Amino acid sequence: MYKILEKTQFSEKVFKFRIEAPEMAKHAHAGQFLMVRANETGERVPFTFADWNPEEGWVEFIFMVVGKTTKMLSTYEPGDAILDVTGPLGQPTVMAPGTTCVIGGGVGLAIAYPVARTLVKTGHEVHAIMGARTKDLLLLEDQFRELLPDDHIHITTDDGSYGEKGVVTAPLERLLQAKAVDEVFCVGPVPMMKFSTLTAEKYGTPITASLNPIMVDGTGMCGCCRVEIDGKTKFACVDGPDFDATKVDWNDLRARQAAYRTEEGQALKAYEEANCACHR
Amino acid sequence: MPQVNGRFVPDMKSPRTPDNEEPAEERAHDFRPVDKGFTKEMALAEAERCMDCKKPLCVEGCPVNIKIPKFIEKIREQDFGAALDIIHEDSMLPAICGRVCPQENQCEGRCIRGKKSEPVAIGQLERFLGDQPELASKPQMKPANGKKVAVIGSGPSGITCAGELARNGFDVTVFEAFFTGGGVLVYGIPEFRLPKAVVKREIDGLKELGVKFEFNSVMGNLANADELLGEKGFDAIYVATGAGLPKFLNIPGENLPNVYFANEYLTRVNLMKANKFPEYDTPTKHAKQVVVFGGGNVAMDAVRTAKRLGAERAIIAYRRTEAEMPARRAELHHAKAEGVEVMPLVSPLEFIAGEDGNVCAVKVQKMELGEPDASGRRRPIPIEGAIEEIPCDVAISAIGTNANPFAKKIGGMDLNKWGYIVADENGRTSNPRIWAGGDIVTGAATVILAMGAGKTAAASITETLTAE
Repeated sequence: MYKILEKTQFSEKVFKFRIEAPEMAKHAHAGQFLMVRANETGERVPFTFADWNPEEGWVEFIFMVVGKTTKMLSTYEPGDAILDVTGPLGQPTVMAPGTTCVIGGGVGLAIAYPVARTLVKTGHEVHAIMGARTKDLLLLEDQFRELLPDDHIHITTDDGSYGEKGVVTAPLERLLQAKAVDEVFCVGPVPMMKFSTLTAEKYGTPITASLNPIMVDGTGMCGCCRVEIDGKTKFACVDGPDFDATKVDWNDLRARQAAYRTEEGQALKAYEEANCACHR
Repeated sequence: MPQVNGRFVPDMKSPRTPDNEEPAEERAHDFRPVDKGFTKEMALAEAERCMDCKKPLCVEGCPVNIKIPKFIEKIREQDFGAALDIIHEDSMLPAICGRVCPQENQCEGRCIRGKKSEPVAIGQLERFLGDQPELASKPQMKPANGKKVAVIGSGPSGITCAGELARNGFDVTVFEAFFTGGGVLVYGIPEFRLPKAVVKREIDGLKELGVKFEFNSVMGNLANADELLGEKGFDAIYVATGAGLPKFLNIPGENLPNVYFANEYLTRVNLMKANKFPEYDTPTKHAKQVVVFGGGNVAMDAVRTAKRLGAERAIIAYRRTEAEMPARRAELHHAKAEGVEVMPLVSPLEFIAGEDGNVCAVKVQKMELGEPDASGRRRPIPIEGAIEEIPCDVAISAIGTNANPFAKKIGGMDLNKWGYIVADENGRTSNPRIWAGGDIVTGAATVILAMGAGKTAAASITETLTAE
């Protein structure tokens, strides 16, 4: 059992848990992830580390409510316990020294933030491009503002309800034109990562993407999380989750991510019906 | 039992006692155990068939040399506890090995009775005893010797080693990456072949011996060999991580949705109980037409699972013929009885996507058998122009595994160029503090061989550490 020490709510659907896990805290690195099985009937779901503290023996992860597991987790309170937490898994994020641009789209901001924080800690100059569909879905703005100077933060919304109207590639293009960054890191929906990659490629700037396929075991045994990199099959759980974004087969990733969409909807609906107020 | 001049006279007339199976048409729709095992009467009758050979070849055929005629003699005497004690001298997992060993290639394959009639049902007798663990003598425990051993992996090799070491007085901790113990016995082998309760009984038995289990512990990432032997204070490590990454077919379309590696397909159901979705949160696909590539036990497990998930057509596609399939004969027999179709002499060329982007068919090359290859089996050769398309909504590849990548992360010992751990016949690696065994040394093999390696390594660890 892994005790929840702290629960932070960032917005209606975005939460952070601090979990008691002393051994994991000693070995966690930015870009790595853990896997949660919330309860006896739960599925295994990967979450990237948001923070960790080896002295105090805890790790943190941020999640957005999108399906049954995250909806159920959002009802957990400090003092409750998660049945199983496994990690650290995957390879740490490695970025060359220099100026970096971290792009997070939608819930990907929850992964982009700890990467940006680690890059700042390791002496990188960091620009952040934060993208969301609308203002309400923009995550962790306060945290990014605390971390970076205002002129290093670029916000876009699809509908123009906040920041610049449009997508993340516009500010990225400006940064690359100005030769302001040496390396780019992106995480978010597939189209966002794909077009960020095409933009970076245009300027010959290296770009890394943190990929998020469905996983089951997370230790290279089952192959559920396979992705196609430069025409070769790789496992995101042990070879990644970070890959050279210019080599990723985005269509393959998108198709594999969607493989269980029907079942995911079914599980969420069943959970909501069983837990809605009128049934209590 | 019939005696002549004080000597036992075997029953040379009765045929081999048939397996006690659930009806195929019923069992193929759920996950109940297929084989109910022998009743006492069946076991006693079968025990009479053993000739009690002076030079028992069955013992030679057993990878851990269980004293088979001796335990069968005790069955005849109806002293089941003593019979079990005899098995326990060589194997701690009779309930498991009795169910999953390829007996036809081992003990039963060498049985003299098999020459003119059918071999003695040694596996069933072993299982009959293994399923009554309460009859065994309490294990003799050596006093605590103050030495600590870390066992990495709780599959058959790890738990055998852990049990032996605990009995030898060691303080043993088993580190397991999953949330439950048993390794391949729980994520790989389906409930209908090896009930999870049988595995749990073995794990619980180890806990009673004082073995500690640390679940959710991915060694290599959570701690490596240096840390285990250093700050964690272990005197030795036994690495039994098992095999790892699935092997690829390396054909187009392999990454299409609903093309699985058998490990994933089986893990979803066996470990995560996807057959009970949405009561359990992990989903799987209930396909109508399933094609499984491979001819081993994993392929059989996958295709029989597909059948149980509702497949109308479940096909084993293999590039040689049934005769060359490495699967246990019992599994092939069970699969066919359950309605699994065997499609011999085909090799996959390409998975084809349907309009929805998911796999809808697989293109296969028809083969014929040519000259025997290095393995002694006749080599399949493509028949020019003979290409077919098999429609399917789930395809599964079960053609084996590569080395577990965590062996390298655990570190501290030499690996070969394929990533397997280099270990001698006692399980010793290049590091005098690290032993290894099972699939991470041999490549994918059998439960009994993994178990045997665990036992051998435990003896070597005991000898080395107690001499210090």
